[in-house]
Amino acid sequence: MGLLTKKDIALIKDPLFDNNPITVQVLGICSALAITAKLEAAIVMAISVMFVLALGNVIISLMRNIIPSKIRIIVQLVVAAALVIIVDLVLKAYAYNLSKTLSVFVGLIITNCIIMGRFEAFALANTPWKSFLDGIGNAAGYGIILVIVAFFRELLGTGALFGHQVLGDPIKKTGLYALGYENNGFMLLAPMALIVLGIVIWVQRSKNPKLIEENK
Amino acid sequence: MEKRTDKNSYTLLFAIAMSVIVGTVLAFTAQVLKSKIDENRRMEKQQNILYAMGVNENTGENDVVMIPTNKVSDAFKKYIVKQIVIQGDKITDNDKAYLIDLKTEQESAKKAGYQRRLPLFIGKKDGKTYYIVPVRGKGLWDAIWGYVALDNNMVVQGAFFDHKGETPGLGANITQRYFVDDFKGEHVLDKNGNFKGITVLKGNNDPLNKDKNDNEIDALAGATITSNGVTSMLKNELKLYEPYFKNLNKK
Repeated sequence: MGLLTKKDIALIKDPLFDNNPITVQVLGICSALAITAKLEAAIVMAISVMFVLALGNVIISLMRNIIPSKIRIIVQLVVAAALVIIVDLVLKAYAYNLSKTLSVFVGLIITNCIIMGRFEAFALANTPWKSFLDGIGNAAGYGIILVIVAFFRELLGTGALFGHQVLGDPIKKTGLYALGYENNGFMLLAPMALIVLGIVIWVQRSKNPKLIEENK
Repeated sequence: MEKRTDKNSYTLLFAIAMSVIVGTVLAFTAQVLKSKIDENRRMEKQQNILYAMGVNENTGENDVVMIPTNKVSDAFKKYIVKQIVIQGDKITDNDKAYLIDLKTEQESAKKAGYQRRLPLFIGKKDGKTYYIVPVRGKGLWDAIWGYVALDNNMVVQGAFFDHKGETPGLGANITQRYFVDDFKGEHVLDKNGNFKGITVLKGNNDPLNKDKNDNEIDALAGATITSNGVTSMLKNELKLYEPYFKNLNKK
């Protein structure tokens, strides 16, 4: 038996596609709208969420037998918030520039429904190792969608990827802009993130009809 | 049968223990890292002040590269020849002036009888004197701030802007070179030498900012409120320094 059993692999793979936290479980939409205007921010957010979710899942899972069920949501919230604050402090001390990029998103991590959702739905009922894998898988699934949405928003909204102008210079009118192309500023606003996300969900469901709920 | 973890007494004890443990861990971490974080903040301020007067490591035309942290202390000593604090008519030397927190000063200034302390940094580079003014204001979501390097006629020589939480891709672009560099050479005073500030607005038919005497900068598309924030930040804050510059030229 290897390090990862078939079930373990499924824990990581499922949330990437068929049980994606954003497009299928519809968790974490709020942050997916807020921070996908730039690819860089989306990736930083995805990594931070992965850290907090994997570690938080392990902590909750270790405590799953001693957490009083009446206040379990509060306990989960405290764990998530404490982790986020520690990460923030460590970054401020040792990776100051990175922490500046992250600044606004740190608060968003605490409110990310994926974190609470996975604590409640998975970590409370499973062993630490499984919970760890579940955390990695779900955070990766979240990250993939974030990156896809951010790619289109940054490209169509500002003509750049990772802050580098790839379609030419919009002010000096070179490259594509010489042909009369214009950036669509609307792409940078939250409504367009929702529409891009909707298109992603549409594509996913038409490829995998199992995901379509029956209308009664 | 009721589980042990369902009891009220257990729940209460758990909650208390958790608060104490988490509180201790967080307080401990914050205390241990505090000096390191303060040091980072201090160096960042020095980097930004130097950036405004043109001491930086930019190579490409879109770069915003600060002088590296290991060189910043020496560079700050070398280029910033004097730091002063203006309080009413009183001007005092203070080599810790760059550590004055503008936020607290702005808050205190609302109280009656408090004369706000205004820090000003005087830098010299290649025989030219720069008067660097720190500014702070409100953007769309949160604070925006920066440093503006002026010459003795209040003509902008360089600037640096930063923000806490403006929209990425829109208001957050106040840090970008194509916005910041537009300020270079722009006048703060009008043709008659009266204070006018610099207005950031759209539709002034001067997107490349060729006219440096119109007190106007082309705004960022889709970031009207952040642009307005920059305008009022510059108007309010630079105005406070106007008497100093008037005196400067009388001498």
